[in-house]
Amino acid sequence: MNVELLWWEGCPSTERALEAVREALSELGLSGVEVQTREMVSDDDARAAGFVGSPTILIDGVDLVPAADEEQIGLSCRVYRRRDGRISPIPDPDDLRDALQRAARRAEVN
Amino acid sequence: MPISIGAEAPDFSLTDTEGRRWSVARYDGAPATVVVFTCNHCPYALAWHDRIVQVARDYAPRGVRVLAVNSNDSVRYPADSLEAMRDRVAREDWPMPYLYDETQEVAREYGASVTPDVFVLDAEGRLRYRGAPDADYDKPQERAEWLREALDEVLSGAIVSRPETKPVGCSIKWKQ
Repeated sequence: MNVELLWWEGCPSTERALEAVREALSELGLSGVEVQTREMVSDDDARAAGFVGSPTILIDGVDLVPAADEEQIGLSCRVYRRRDGRISPIPDPDDLRDALQRAARRAEVN
Repeated sequence: MPISIGAEAPDFSLTDTEGRRWSVARYDGAPATVVVFTCNHCPYALAWHDRIVQVARDYAPRGVRVLAVNSNDSVRYPADSLEAMRDRVAREDWPMPYLYDETQEVAREYGASVTPDVFVLDAEGRLRYRGAPDADYDKPQERAEWLREALDEVLSGAIVSRPETKPVGCSIKWKQ
């Protein structure tokens, strides 16, 4: 499994997002999976990566939360919604864990 | 450089989403004024928004005025355009004016750095608190406690016991 976190320095959520990813991996017994990080520095970087905000978490190259139509490519902080409806700068931990679990199952099948 | 605690805050003249003009000086006689730099697209500003709205409602009977200011570059971030601000205010129930700092001069003069960035001024327009609304955007139960504490102390004439905290949020989007 490949897990990559795309981040931008204008948003202070990177460390908290990294912690959330590592916690979810640990809960799933996947602590051996290394989380790659990639900084978005310019609008060109954002365009090339299809980056709609920091943090964006890619699991096997697929966005954990597919970008909504209204999300624009560019250097900004990303708006997530928790399962209880609250707005958050990082994904809901349950969404994160479920996505990682699905990816782990796919890896087992393949 | 942000204005210092105890210093007189710069006055400004900005229009809100209805075209009304607002300034800090206009509040002569108000016991406290809160200037909060915020925006439409930042998850931190959005997560704290309801708590700031509740502060505006709770302290209005005591004469406290809350002014929300959006200073982001709306060319690169259209979600922060005046039109988007108007749409948002029309959709939501705002107890405070939402001011458009198109030139970004007010944010620069105050030294605002992120959204949200909260400044509490006393009756003389001197800065008494600057920082985050409370300790954690992710905990609604915090109720903007740092802001409330500062307001309570200003209103009672006490020295603000926690005059500065680190503002946490999205960087203000400066024009390039």
